[in-house]
Amino acid sequence: MPKNNDIKKVLLIGSGPIVIGQAAEFDYAGVQACRALKEEGIEIVLINSNPATIMTDHIMADRIYIEPLTLETVKRIIEKEKPDSILSGLGGQTSLTLCMQLAHDGFLESHGIRLLGSSPETIDKAEDRQLFKDTMESIGQPCIPSEVVTTVEDALSFAESIGYPVIVRPAFTLGGSGGGIAKDREELMLTAANGLKQSPITQILVEKCVSGWKEIEFEVMRDHIGNSITVCSMENFDPVGVHTGDSIVIAPTVTLADKEYQMLRSAALKIIDALNIEGGCNCQFALNPDSFEYAVIEVNPRVSRSSALASKATGYPIAKVAAKIALGYNLDEIKNAVTGTTYAAFEPAIDYVAVKFPKWPFEKFVYASRTLGTQMKATGEVMSISDSFESAIMKAVRGAELGFDTLHVPAVKELSDEELRNKLLEPSDLRLFLVYESLYRGVSVDELFEITRIDRWFLYKLLKLVNYEQTLSSYSISFDDYIDGKKMGYTDAALMKTSKKMPANSLKIKKLSESSDKLYPTYKMVDTCSGEFAATTPYFYATYNTKESGGENEVLPFLNNNSSKGTIIVLGSGPIRIGQGIEFDYASVHCVNSLRKMGYTVVIINNNPETVSTDFDIADRLYFEPLCPEDVMNIIEIEKPIGVVVAFGGQTSIKLTKVLNDNGINIIGTSADSIDMAEDRERFDALLTKLNINKAKAHTVMTLEEALNAANDLTYPVLLRPSYVIGGQNMTIARSDDDVSEYMKIILEHEIDNPVLIDKYIEGMEIEVDSIYDGEDLLLPGIMEHIERTGVHSGDSIAIYPAQDLTKELEDKIVETTKMLCDGLKATGIVNVQYIVQNGEIYVIEVNPRASRTVPYLSKVSGVPMVDLAIKVSLGYKLKDMPYGTGLYRKPDHIAVKVPVFSFEKLSGLDTQLGPEMKSTGEVLGIGKTLTEAMYKGFLGAGYKLKKSGGVFISVKDSDKPEIASIGKKFMDLGFEIFATDGTAEVLMKEGIAANVITRLQSDNKNVKSAMELIEDGSLSYIISTSSKGRLPERESVKLRRRATVVGISCLTSLDTANALLACLYSEYTEDNTVLVDINTI
Amino acid sequence: MNKYLILENGQIFKGEGFGAPGDVIAEIVFTTAMTGYLETLTDKSYTGQAIVQTFPLIGNYGIIPEDAESEMIGASAYIVREWCDHPSNFRSKRDLDTYLKKRGIVGLYKIDTRALTRVLREHGTMNGLITDTPSKANLEMIKAYKCENPVHLVSTKEMYVEGNGKYKVALFDFGMKENICRCLTNRDCTVYVFPDTATKEDILSVNPDGIFLSNGPGDPIDNKGAIEVIKELIPLKYPTMGICLGHQLLALAHGFETMKLKYGHRGSNQPVRYSEDSCTYISSQNHGYAVVNESVDNTVATPLFINVNDGTNEGLKYINEPCFSVQFHPEACAGPRDTNFLFDSFVEMMEVKNA
Repeated sequence: MPKNNDIKKVLLIGSGPIVIGQAAEFDYAGVQACRALKEEGIEIVLINSNPATIMTDHIMADRIYIEPLTLETVKRIIEKEKPDSILSGLGGQTSLTLCMQLAHDGFLESHGIRLLGSSPETIDKAEDRQLFKDTMESIGQPCIPSEVVTTVEDALSFAESIGYPVIVRPAFTLGGSGGGIAKDREELMLTAANGLKQSPITQILVEKCVSGWKEIEFEVMRDHIGNSITVCSMENFDPVGVHTGDSIVIAPTVTLADKEYQMLRSAALKIIDALNIEGGCNCQFALNPDSFEYAVIEVNPRVSRSSALASKATGYPIAKVAAKIALGYNLDEIKNAVTGTTYAAFEPAIDYVAVKFPKWPFEKFVYASRTLGTQMKATGEVMSISDSFESAIMKAVRGAELGFDTLHVPAVKELSDEELRNKLLEPSDLRLFLVYESLYRGVSVDELFEITRIDRWFLYKLLKLVNYEQTLSSYSISFDDYIDGKKMGYTDAALMKTSKKMPANSLKIKKLSESSDKLYPTYKMVDTCSGEFAATTPYFYATYNTKESGGENEVLPFLNNNSSKGTIIVLGSGPIRIGQGIEFDYASVHCVNSLRKMGYTVVIINNNPETVSTDFDIADRLYFEPLCPEDVMNIIEIEKPIGVVVAFGGQTSIKLTKVLNDNGINIIGTSADSIDMAEDRERFDALLTKLNINKAKAHTVMTLEEALNAANDLTYPVLLRPSYVIGGQNMTIARSDDDVSEYMKIILEHEIDNPVLIDKYIEGMEIEVDSIYDGEDLLLPGIMEHIERTGVHSGDSIAIYPAQDLTKELEDKIVETTKMLCDGLKATGIVNVQYIVQNGEIYVIEVNPRASRTVPYLSKVSGVPMVDLAIKVSLGYKLKDMPYGTGLYRKPDHIAVKVPVFSFEKLSGLDTQLGPEMKSTGEVLGIGKTLTEAMYKGFLGAGYKLKKSGGVFISVKDSDKPEIASIGKKFMDLGFEIFATDGTAEVLMKEGIAANVITRLQSDNKNVKSAMELIEDGSLSYIISTSSKGRLPERESVKLRRRATVVGISCLTSLDTANALLACLYSEYTEDNTVLVDINTI
Repeated sequence: MNKYLILENGQIFKGEGFGAPGDVIAEIVFTTAMTGYLETLTDKSYTGQAIVQTFPLIGNYGIIPEDAESEMIGASAYIVREWCDHPSNFRSKRDLDTYLKKRGIVGLYKIDTRALTRVLREHGTMNGLITDTPSKANLEMIKAYKCENPVHLVSTKEMYVEGNGKYKVALFDFGMKENICRCLTNRDCTVYVFPDTATKEDILSVNPDGIFLSNGPGDPIDNKGAIEVIKELIPLKYPTMGICLGHQLLALAHGFETMKLKYGHRGSNQPVRYSEDSCTYISSQNHGYAVVNESVDNTVATPLFINVNDGTNEGLKYINEPCFSVQFHPEACAGPRDTNFLFDSFVEMMEVKNA
């Protein structure tokens, strides 16, 4: 059926801030959907609270609202814009849930809006546990024995009827929030209660635990008339029990014979047919490894993280095709963009394997529990493509930026055999490496299979790597052995390191890697069809095939079409992690777009399957490869670019600057030497001294003793952090020798190449600027002010643009200082600077001569295309020749407030108190006519409920006590009931604020509830909790904050945040009266 | 040990040998199926051919004897990127290498199979020699190779009976995949499996309710005898279904033409559009020849399926006879089972006739 021509104006809802379980994949899906709708000439109205996305770029849609994703706001936008249709399946669970609410309360019907894609009935059938089970039963598809319950008692009685262990899955939650495995009655009581709280409809599924079965997924497409295909099959390395988002995954399945494969494929098709899906859908199965027995785990009636992975693993653009289906097209009417000749009604056949490896935040969150289960914990992922599992897993691990270039990693080498075995019992982020270490020590595949239930196929492949590494240190290797190593995914550096014990081998490899007959990769194309049809997709991955074996490099013919201006390589930003999120994909994609417009041939290298940048038609060529020295240098060798851009891929690309420079590669933008000057503390301090710019006093240290001396010299409090940081990794404020000792102990657990920095901690207002410098002139698109004073990481602070509390004089000084810094560093392009303002003086915190995470939102609100200007000046254009002027750019009519969003509820054990170490996973933007309005929207978008009544529990550290009374008073005046621990209560009562004195966890008085009890019984609306010590999960304050987060009570850990929130509570703003801002009209 | 593939155009791929030792000349064809290597190997339609697997990792789940599609390996040689020495599956009995050794089939691995596939795609199917000693290669001899009368080579020598059901089906075995037989016996059929040389009288002697023309290897026009017998059977209006070679022979018997495709369709992902419901189905395919669309007399037959990718004929429905045939493999094994319903249609035709 051709397109439905009644569809003229479509509303698309994005997925909101990046949280664990909902990341960049929905920006990718949203962008594909926008492009698909645009191709059809349809007017697009877009709502997304996340300003860092590419989908909220002004060219993506006709009307763009960066507004809170609440039902009320969406309704108001619909009433204002009057779209005729709404597209539901492309904005993740957030968007789907909103669409369903609109459908269920009759809003869509009463406004005559059609829901495109799957119908509400379909979505209910897939999402509602009971309806789903009934549907599966009606078509004879086995489900895991389970029951939907709404009380803990029912959960217990069902569990007892099927036997423990059981899995609890809350209905309608993201990434399995609040679920878990319960081994006995005790555990189930807790897990069930928690799951019920997390579910917006207070419903959980209790099911039989089939841990240890194979977990298999199919990505399926179906159109209106019932054509259905499977795009991709995937097999989880980790058996059922670990959330698929936390599992290593291989596509396609490898251990299924055709019989099992077709059995599950047929089941998937039968399921989407029964559900009447129109669009993309993901079916997850558990398969008994010893029989044909299987069970349907779940179905996602929308595009998902897995569909992004499947799209990148096969080249089949699922989101785009889903959008076209929603418009009425059938699969056999949609062209396969990869081949240009075949149609979307086919199943990709691939001639390689793709391996996904999750990126977890545990390096940063040392106290968070590393155990993996049904609750997803990964913030991002990498994918690798190769012609063997060995090579793919090696590339994936290398590309995940864990600091490992083989699977034999230092972190587990020290464990005793017993410790190793014990650690294997429970899945964790280290499981792959623990398994590898065990194989290295001679533990048999069968024994490891018994412990982990990881299929022997994977274990034998790992054993091959183990055997190979052992040969490197046992006999003199031949050239063929070297080739085998390359085929298995080893870099030359890793081979040399691994053959340390056999220096002759190491030397041989070094020689080979430097000789003229060095073995270069043969790049292969991802073409959806295994070479069956001619394709021109410029999407490549590296394999090693010798010339004699027929080795063909498929990139070569493409080089003939290079632009006469030359080729430029843009380095992407790798996996999404705390501190390096989707913002950098935004910047990378914009950089590519600008360069292409300028007429260069543009090549992008990235390994994150969730992103827009790894869509094969963004750049002229895409290399899906790790952002590691050898991988990048090999591509440079083929591409011979005139330069490489490192400024937009965050720390991932910046880290490669030195290698590139050492190899004589031209860096476009700020030079390697200047980047080093900004990152190297000594050189940077020398520069500041020369320029006479203030900075906090600092020392660099390598040992505990040096650290203690330095801290005492600077006097407490001090700020500790490693040099070369991402998002304040392992950064802390120390107020005593104990703090310093604790910190140094953790940091020295890892090998450190670079010193630890100790700064005197200056308390003041934090200011951040992003600027563009062309070597002569500076353009400063805006100055941002942080609400929280220094001490809270800039990524976790609420930021206001334009800054509200600066005098003209200070603004001028900031512009002038920024220009001096850029000039002093000889920077070119984009430069981010963070300042502290204290008593009218400004101090520099740091200078980053690269794009920062504020670039997307600042670009959107200020209207200055920052990435475009930055790359242009890097190529010699001058600011004065461009229409945005120099100096401080004019301030906008609106005020924008960026509010960070956290994923605390998913990371058990992690203290939610904010500090110098970044913890947020995403952000939302509030745009308003006044500061309070913008702030109100920001809080709302970030998930604060902004309740105007109830109880407030206050317990603050001594240094916060002088300021707490005014906060307490404001809450009291609003009619809140105040509860406080004794110390805090004393301060409050002195100021005439009535406070109930309570304890934190346990009450010693039957008539007085503890704070924990108040949390459980729902009496608290807010908690203000700060402590001088934190982090350790066993501390009472940490437990309290964690519990509050899990049950969804706003817990403020900075008095500045509390004051900002109070300003909103005092204001007249409600969800009904804020101004709705179409950013295309700013 | 080094082993080489030498194509008739002189191109050489150096790899290593596995499976049985020896040299072999064959037509080199590639399949894009990612699963079902055992079904593929035991598919007699590959007689005279060396199979290249485009998926690089082959043998992952080992050898599962009950999944074989015949008692023999059809292909003359097997070419893969990498074979799996430690397969994993609860039904696996042995690894691929051991199996090929036992069956005397030559294997070649560690070559750039994607490069080879692209050569075959651009150049069209070619013959090749797999050898330990490339110096002995004679390109003329490689080029001249043709598997003579492959159907007769692989067809049953004696008629035999499978199943015991309500409908009697006379099946021409041109190199039948066993799942065709299973698809029929599962639907209440008794299947009389005849050699390719069966005559009209042989067929009629079992008083069939329907006739089935199986798949098989080679160029359809080489099967002159079978085509003549089918011609004689047509006027009798028996419900008839054909698959692959059977489809082509039925077309030839009606006076239509067949042609050789440049490099064939081999894999589990080919979309075919069904004229009865306008839906697209994913099918399993293995054929180097096709019925020429333009040669079909539309007063005699209409297209039942067409290939969505290249528009080639994938099935015919005969207007005045209870006959239809398909180019692809509704019996699957390996591949998707989406068109399995065609066997129901065949059984229904027999039911209608009997009623």
